[in-house]
Amino acid sequence: MDTSLLIIQTLNGIQLGLLLFLVASGLTLIFGILDFVNLAHGSLYMVGAFFCATLTFALGSFPLAVLIALPLTGLVGYGVERFVARKLYAKDHLQHVLGTFGLILVFDTLTHMIWGPQGISIPLPAWLDTQVTLMKDVVFPTYRLLIIVSGLVCAAGLYWLVNHTRLGMLIRAGASNRTMVSALGIDIKTLFALVFAIGAMLAGLAGMLIAPITEAKIGMGNEVIITAFVVIIVGGIGSVKGAFIAAILIGLIDTLGRSFLDDVFKLFMSSSAAETSAPAISAMLIYLLMALILAFRPQGLFPPMVR
Amino acid sequence: MFGTLSRSSKLTLLALLVLAILPPIFIWTGNSFYVDLATRLVILAIAAVSLNLILGYGGMISFGHAAYLGIGAYAVGIPAHHELYGGFEAIASFGGFTHIFLAVGISALFALITGAICLRTKGVYFIMITMAFAQMLYYLLVSLDEYGADDGLVIDARSEFPLINLDNSLQLYFVCLASLAAAMLIVRTVVHSRFGMVLQGAKGNEERMTSLGYNVYAYRLVAYVISGAMCGFAGALLGNFTTFISPEMMAWSRSGELMFMVILGGVATTLGPLLGSAAFIIIEEAFSSYTIYWHLPFGLMLMAVVLYTNGGIMGMKFKWRSPSAEKGTQENGTK
Amino acid sequence: MSSILEMKDLRKSYGGVTATDGVSLSVEKNILHAIIGPNGAGKTTLISLLSGAVKPDGGKIFFAGKDITSQPAYSRAKVGISRSYQITSLIMSMSVLDNVALAIQARSGHSFKFIKPAKSLTKIRSEALNILKQIGLADRAEDLTSNLSHGEHRLVEIAIALASNAQCMMLDEPMAGLGPEESVRMIAFIKQLKGSRTILLIEHDMDAVFALADTISVLVYGKIIATGSPDEIRNNEAVRHAYLGEE
Repeated sequence: MDTSLLIIQTLNGIQLGLLLFLVASGLTLIFGILDFVNLAHGSLYMVGAFFCATLTFALGSFPLAVLIALPLTGLVGYGVERFVARKLYAKDHLQHVLGTFGLILVFDTLTHMIWGPQGISIPLPAWLDTQVTLMKDVVFPTYRLLIIVSGLVCAAGLYWLVNHTRLGMLIRAGASNRTMVSALGIDIKTLFALVFAIGAMLAGLAGMLIAPITEAKIGMGNEVIITAFVVIIVGGIGSVKGAFIAAILIGLIDTLGRSFLDDVFKLFMSSSAAETSAPAISAMLIYLLMALILAFRPQGLFPPMVR
Repeated sequence: MFGTLSRSSKLTLLALLVLAILPPIFIWTGNSFYVDLATRLVILAIAAVSLNLILGYGGMISFGHAAYLGIGAYAVGIPAHHELYGGFEAIASFGGFTHIFLAVGISALFALITGAICLRTKGVYFIMITMAFAQMLYYLLVSLDEYGADDGLVIDARSEFPLINLDNSLQLYFVCLASLAAAMLIVRTVVHSRFGMVLQGAKGNEERMTSLGYNVYAYRLVAYVISGAMCGFAGALLGNFTTFISPEMMAWSRSGELMFMVILGGVATTLGPLLGSAAFIIIEEAFSSYTIYWHLPFGLMLMAVVLYTNGGIMGMKFKWRSPSAEKGTQENGTK
Repeated sequence: MSSILEMKDLRKSYGGVTATDGVSLSVEKNILHAIIGPNGAGKTTLISLLSGAVKPDGGKIFFAGKDITSQPAYSRAKVGISRSYQITSLIMSMSVLDNVALAIQARSGHSFKFIKPAKSLTKIRSEALNILKQIGLADRAEDLTSNLSHGEHRLVEIAIALASNAQCMMLDEPMAGLGPEESVRMIAFIKQLKGSRTILLIEHDMDAVFALADTISVLVYGKIIATGSPDEIRNNEAVRHAYLGEE
């Protein structure tokens, strides 16, 4: 096996994991504090990407576009909370799932009407569209490195927010005991809306960051949301720390599985058999991991202490 | 004989009768397009009936039920593909019974394995895990180039049965309709049996049922397998109807649509899934003939159903009759 | 007399809170053994440990001489332990009769029977109806359980315990929330049950406890501080100090 390729793919895996974390952390926070299942969380990922695309062309600057698209996506998240989610809290999970499934269809169709059926690719500024040599034979795109750095910064910021601020204290308290938070005289509605907006911005940011690589396209949120579900199931629903560890784990397994599984298989089967079976197995790898973990720990790796 | 039947059974028989009479009329009047529509409706209704067993009566919110439609359809397409182009001798066949055996058997096996894991979890975990397993299958088929990957695969020949020719659209339709009637009868019988009482009891109060001595997990798993096998059968019919299979059949939005049918029709009722599927087909047809953006009104409607109704079509009707009846109990209330 | 249910050094804590702190207790066969204690003493936790709804952190449970500590809840019911719930735990979406019938069905072999309608099984149905007659709820048999009053729900709880015909019944505060008249009815009913089976009664209503119990144990902060006859408990200094004195 090629060591430099291994390093590059490991970095790619971490990059994927961090993007997954951005989506999953909002999802797990919203579930943890609101007991709300938001299938439409992936739509915010998509909306973020499209906002960013339009703004990049309007302003001619990708970084500037991200800065403006972020609060806009947060606003959309706030709107979702205010006009849809808030009315669903009192209902059961089945209704959450169906209602937000409806919301996805609405978001996808509106995106289709506004931006058309084609995906939009976002041009990177020249200084980002380069490669850096990390060590001998390891050349890595600058932009992907930037994604890793931003992902880590966000993770650190979120850690600080949840563990060292008053808002974070309320979020943690709200996750374990909602009535207590209301009893403290906190306006729980504002808190909920804020959590939703933060989650939306995180998901939106992930969408914006990935868009220059893949392009902003309809349905991109629906692909990422299931993987994000796997992440929070493995990590333990409601746990931000669990989401982080699970996201990196899944990012790595998925990326490394896709690039190296056939080599591994070739060690013990014919190379044609390996080439047929490896893509199939690697497509299922993260789900198999999920199944394995659940078989032993039905509550995920880091279940929140009290629910 | 009809006098001994409950009101809901009469309604169900009436609905099936209408479905039996209309398509021949469509054919004679030259509207064969509507026969296709009715066939699709009936196949989706079988899938919805099977989902209703676990979702409506068992309280297991499966968001991955389309996986079984996919399994069933591929169980027709893959053997037919190998029969035509060689390879994989063990399953290569045009034989209908082989197809049905594979569709039902693999669905049951998939339900058994994934159900054994999913049912260890509760609530939201269950919803997400059923979804994830269906998605796993989706990506598996996307990665299989031999069967067309995400472009899908045309089924060149329908399942072959003695006496029946599925290439005849009316014959195919009546096979589907008979299957629907059988599926409804099976679910109805099962939910009224001792097994069904346990299943419904566990939906109402799992802890109580456990402390009474019921191994709730085992009962749920059996129901999950029955439901999956039944939906796999519907999938085999779907494959024969569309003569085209693709991973898209098991995309999670398909599972969402199935859930919508069950909820809209009214959970835990015999007729509900059929009404829900009919409503879905009508909405799809009505909106999509006006606009390519038909998912917008459909999505809005879904949200409206969740926000403003409680028991779907059946719920609305029975609520009007007896305001005190709680949702999910209409069936028992009519006895 | 021989003991039927034995606890050895049972322990359970939630987070930092110790709910059961080394409980060792032996319940003798066919008597009514009451467990009393102030709020938060861990009485319901103890029942949940015995019924298997909660796994202990340490200790052992023996029933009829067999170690059942690691048996899952459903199989404990099969060997003869039943429980009623302090907070009414019925299947609200089913009829009263169905609730009771399910308890009888549970002890009539497995229920992987898919064809015959449950409502056609006259043996089970008539037995369930008989039990409802005994507790005076026969006329509500076909009603949806959610439509019954709180007092009636408590009676259905007992009917289910009775229908399960367990050797050992654990009743978790059967009087909770009952009016004076309903309480009298409930006490009379529990009295009828005595003698032919073991009853573990958890109760706050002291009049009821002293009227019914053969043996009383006092549970305070997860520990048994005294066990004895009603008279012994009444006169026990430690108990008066820790518990009765507060009232």
